Amino acid sequence: MSTANLDPTLNTHSAHAAEHEEEDHRMFGFIIFLLSESVIFLSFFVGYIVYKTNLTDWLPAGVEGLEVREPLINTIVLVSSSFVIYFAERFLRKENLWGFRAFWLLTIAMGSFFLYGQAVEWMGLPFGFTDGVFGGTFYLLTGFHGLHVMTGVLLQGIMLGRSFLPNNYAGGEFGVAATSLFWHFVDVIWIILFILIYVWQ
Amino acid sequence: MSNASLDAIAAKSDQPFPGAPNNWRRFFSFSTDHKVIGIQYMVTAFVFFLIGGLLAMVMRGELITPEADLVDRTVYNALFTMHGTIMLFMWTFPMLNGLSNYLVPLMIGARDMAFPRLNAAAFWLVPVFGTLLMVSFFVPGGPSQSGWWAYPPVSLQNPTGNLINGQVLWLLAVALSGVSSIMGAVNFVTTIFRMRAPGMGWFRMPAFCWTVLSAQMIQLFGLPSLTAGAVMLLLDLTAGTSFFDPAKGGDPVLYQHFFWFYSHPAVYVIILPIFGTFSEIFPVYARKPLFGYRFVVVSSVIITVLSAMVWVHHMFASGTPSWMRMLFMFSTMLISVPTGVKVFAWVATVWGGKLRLDTPMLFALGGLVCFLFAGITGVMLGAVPFDIHVNNTYFVVGHFHYVIYGATVMGIYAAIYHWFPKMTGHMYYEGLGKLHFALTFIGVNLNFFPMHPLGLMGMPRRVASYDPEFAYWNVIASLGGFLLGVSTLPFILNIVSSWVLGKRAPANPWNAIGLEWLISSPPPVENFEEIPIVVSGPYGYGSDESLVANNPAGELISEHS
Repeated sequence: MSTANLDPTLNTHSAHAAEHEEEDHRMFGFIIFLLSESVIFLSFFVGYIVYKTNLTDWLPAGVEGLEVREPLINTIVLVSSSFVIYFAERFLRKENLWGFRAFWLLTIAMGSFFLYGQAVEWMGLPFGFTDGVFGGTFYLLTGFHGLHVMTGVLLQGIMLGRSFLPNNYAGGEFGVAATSLFWHFVDVIWIILFILIYVWQ
Repeated sequence: MSNASLDAIAAKSDQPFPGAPNNWRRFFSFSTDHKVIGIQYMVTAFVFFLIGGLLAMVMRGELITPEADLVDRTVYNALFTMHGTIMLFMWTFPMLNGLSNYLVPLMIGARDMAFPRLNAAAFWLVPVFGTLLMVSFFVPGGPSQSGWWAYPPVSLQNPTGNLINGQVLWLLAVALSGVSSIMGAVNFVTTIFRMRAPGMGWFRMPAFCWTVLSAQMIQLFGLPSLTAGAVMLLLDLTAGTSFFDPAKGGDPVLYQHFFWFYSHPAVYVIILPIFGTFSEIFPVYARKPLFGYRFVVVSSVIITVLSAMVWVHHMFASGTPSWMRMLFMFSTMLISVPTGVKVFAWVATVWGGKLRLDTPMLFALGGLVCFLFAGITGVMLGAVPFDIHVNNTYFVVGHFHYVIYGATVMGIYAAIYHWFPKMTGHMYYEGLGKLHFALTFIGVNLNFFPMHPLGLMGMPRRVASYDPEFAYWNVIASLGGFLLGVSTLPFILNIVSSWVLGKRAPANPWNAIGLEWLISSPPPVENFEEIPIVVSGPYGYGSDESLVANNPAGELISEHS
């Protein structure tokens, strides 16, 4: 274990060895956190399925269904951004900082486009948050996911800023790897959400 | 105790250290030392235990007579809601997190948890949400009155019409408690997976660490479900959605699923570390290896898996379809198998041993007896016809109080006494400890046994007044409740006075085997001078095998041992 590598004579107390150990375990901890986070979405999804299959008057009065075309464009953009962020990470591994920045920025742009598209869709909808269980679940699911997209974009912004600190990303960077993993996670959640809400009507 | 090298360490830093005159300051700081955080957790939790206990004694005072005369009925509703919430979210969870925080890194030979700052942040959320919960006593309309389940539509009533009401504060506190628990769980799981000392394979790890791992995994998969339900309930209450409001087309039973999918496994989050405590304590005081170590630790993991499949047994009376009732009756019965394995293993450990009846052993044995009783009533409740007969009666209340007070609180006391010398460097007073045990054991049985006949007679739970035919058993239960209140006094006296004045504790007062006993009492800030190299299993009582290949205490202990 990594603790064994530390020279005990150098190891005084106060913040001591923890700082080093934290480096090694952060990704493991982050994956565990994401697994746990996915259960919240799972709970919402199960709730959605239970409502949809059990309620007799599912759609509120005057609502026919959801438009699929714009959300589909949004979906394509978000799913492709997962590939873009993968290439950004690869550039970083090859220590091509400008390549990393370019592709990273493209990911941010695509994430922002998704959020913008979501906002436009929300404003054009004929039903609100309090219009029955349908309105509630729709805004809850898309809103909670949108919150995650927003978090992802913010994290990406921070990582982009940090890439300008000299030598900050020498030898790989946990923040970039974690942000990228988080982005893939948000992406997979969206695919399930899209199928549940838009495809299955 | 050799303080020579501790002084040397202290010279490098102006931080307080164990044994220093300004040591107490560490406990009031944002310390990242897992041992300080552990004690912070435990002391904070105990304060809330006393508050929750006072609420319970007011309830028992109300129930000593059949009429609702001591407090108003709405106050009574608030009392049982807050009693349950405090005892679970403010006492047992933080208390066990504190114990695990203190012990896990020591037991696996690590210098700290994997994420020390996250650890400190998780602790400091406890006073925050505790305050939030306490504030609800002072808002108009008082605290939440919907019980600790907060079932809609009762929890959606909001009679005052205010945005900030008892129920909203309750939900916020529970949500924050969830955040804190997830932070803790990520930390524990990472620590146990990644930071075990060299040579400590999975089957050389003490059973306590196995149970902590199992319990924290439950937090990880279970808590998000409660979070989802709580978010939806909060939106119903404040934003006007209709997820759970049957009047507007919502589905209140779905909330029950969300709630129990977490809150049943939460019982295992509570009891598993207690199982671990029993597994640590019986071998020490019986001087025998833990019987069937591998079966005991694997049972913990099986309990974790099964705990995700039993939650509907809380909902047999919620219009659950009969196929589902049968399925969950079966899975509920199944979970008694790994639990039974453990009970048999402990009995076999104690059997024929050379018993030392010190206070920790007394509490562990008392806890085991109570747990056995609770397990029997638990299997009874798992059977659908019986459950429907006693649903929402005092039989259920009696059952889970035997689990939570009889087994869990007694197990917590056992753990506190057992590791008190290690944590503080002082011995507690054995006489006061035995008095504490006697009062607690008698109090538990006096308070909670009468609830079983009351439930079978048909007395419903959560009522302030009752038919006079129930008076006899209620008077006994109330006397037991007050006795439990009294029982905390010798404990507090013992802990406080021996922490200050008690005899200095040696490194290993119980002659126990374990990494934590190889270092000084209290342990130095970095725990191990040298990371131990483990060469044998955890319970080598009666064999000459050495646990470690080196001396992890360095020169701190060697000159005294």
